[in-house]
Amino acid sequence: MSLLGFGLISFFFAVSLAAPVIAPAPPNSRDPYLIPQDGYSPDPVLPGPRHWFGTTEQQYDLYYGMVWGARTAFRVALSVVLVSLAIGILLGGIAGFYGGWVDEVLMRFTDIILAFPDLVLAVVIVSVRGPGLDNVMLAVTAVSWPSYARLLRGEVLSVKERDFVLAARALGGSDLRLLFRHIIPNSIYPLLVVASLSMGRIVITAAALSFLGLGAPVGYADWGQLISLSRNWILGTSGNPFAYWHTVFIPGATIFLFVLGWNLLGDAVRDILDPRQR
Amino acid sequence: MFGVTALLFAALQFLSPEMRASLYIKDPRQLSAMEAVIEKYGLRKPLPVQYGIWLKEVLKGDLGYSETAKMPVERAIRAFFPATLELTLVAFLPILVLGVYLGTLSAVYKDRWLDHLTRFVAITGYSLPSFVLGLLLLMVFYGKLQLLPPGRYSLDVDLLVHSEGFRHATGLLTLDCLLNGKPAAAWDVFKHMILPGATLIYINLALLLRITRSSMLEELGKDYVRTARAKGLPGSLVVKKHALRNALIPVVTLSSLLFIGLLGGVVITETVFDYPGIGRWGVVAAQQLDIPGVLGSTLLAATLFVLANLLSDILYAVVDPRIRIG
Repeated sequence: MSLLGFGLISFFFAVSLAAPVIAPAPPNSRDPYLIPQDGYSPDPVLPGPRHWFGTTEQQYDLYYGMVWGARTAFRVALSVVLVSLAIGILLGGIAGFYGGWVDEVLMRFTDIILAFPDLVLAVVIVSVRGPGLDNVMLAVTAVSWPSYARLLRGEVLSVKERDFVLAARALGGSDLRLLFRHIIPNSIYPLLVVASLSMGRIVITAAALSFLGLGAPVGYADWGQLISLSRNWILGTSGNPFAYWHTVFIPGATIFLFVLGWNLLGDAVRDILDPRQR
Repeated sequence: MFGVTALLFAALQFLSPEMRASLYIKDPRQLSAMEAVIEKYGLRKPLPVQYGIWLKEVLKGDLGYSETAKMPVERAIRAFFPATLELTLVAFLPILVLGVYLGTLSAVYKDRWLDHLTRFVAITGYSLPSFVLGLLLLMVFYGKLQLLPPGRYSLDVDLLVHSEGFRHATGLLTLDCLLNGKPAAAWDVFKHMILPGATLIYINLALLLRITRSSMLEELGKDYVRTARAKGLPGSLVVKKHALRNALIPVVTLSSLLFIGLLGGVVITETVFDYPGIGRWGVVAAQQLDIPGVLGSTLLAATLFVLANLLSDILYAVVDPRIRIG
């Protein structure tokens, strides 16, 4: 199973690396992330030799969108996780290490953010700052870091009492050195497990924001945005309800496989780092 | 709670005084007197002063006028909340029963086909975005089979519900229709909840399944279970009376959080199925920058969450007598 996850993610990674080769941008394009349009007809076109995955309304090519969308997906998922992890490690580490009022202030702040349902708070942030991919990343980061900070603080609290920390301090290590060289490296594993498990959630949340029309503008290679285009076509034509099945199915299946890959991979990481669950 | 309001208020500072003024407006006629409102609520004054004024209004239950719902926020909450509550109830019970039942079976029959099947359901449910599943369901059951439409009720029920003499006793429409002696209408309302309900069940079942399974596995490996088995107790008794009791503790927390999470707005599912609940209202409000609407739905969700934590603490003590309240 974990092999499947690894395979899926490697596949998507390869696709995103090879994007300029397997889906070359048209020569006159300003930005390769803008999906080329083949005419402006409002009706989607079924998959065929001209468009392997068919087109959406306004003739955006789905194949192109899926390939370049993989880059968008990686960019969003990785930057959100890395930035949230960095914030979580910094604030969680400081709160756990210094304790006292610093701890109190920081943890009450995370409590407040954790009191909101993820998606609701993210929607509020994006709607206040205006739609766009950057603001989606910002919003998802803003709702992701508190749980990391929480977790790391708990670990730091127990690790900082151990003897080797005392030894390092006796040798004259500064606070900073103690925290970043000794304590955090020894308390970071549970955090990595949680981070790898939360990758899938982050992708879904970001895609959901795009789906709600708060993410990338129409025509940008972003999976969530492409599936929101399909909403008008789920009923097909009269007499043939599945006429435009591909507009839902292709981006839907792509997001599903991407998230599935991360989840399987996350499970694998947990099994390796946390043998109790076996 | 204090922190929650403060954070929301801070987020608002990105907006201009004119937009923030809409928070204090109670009916659309006041829009023309915007400058007066800004003046009255001190929107150009220092922040702490503004916050104090705003908090006072909120505590009075005065949350402004929602442009998207076309009514004051507190009335909108009363209008949308029962719909979400009804949907949540329809979805939650199957989630709980199936989650605990299948999770337990999966742990007992670890690595047999049932376990593999359950884990497959769990990992796919966990990976499937609700909007993808929802759209596919709509395509099949509404587009192809013409069976289960989106929305909350059909036109004739709409007329019935808004007619004179229809008593809204509970706010839960299925019950209300039955109480008014209209079983056909009740069925219609229920039919509209099947698809969103099914979506919620499949997506959220996964989490409960996983927790039940892993917690059950942990308990089954402990010494007291071996003792019970060694005493010759039948396997089903050991599982039900001994292991499950102890395994349920994390399940209780998770399910109370899940329940409130659903109540606080099943944003995506409601949007996909055009179901007029809190979640859809919140999103429409956010998209159209209807600030009072956004704040109202968010405050509601956060309040519910705080209550949920309290609830799960109390439930803890019920499930596990070792924990005392107080």
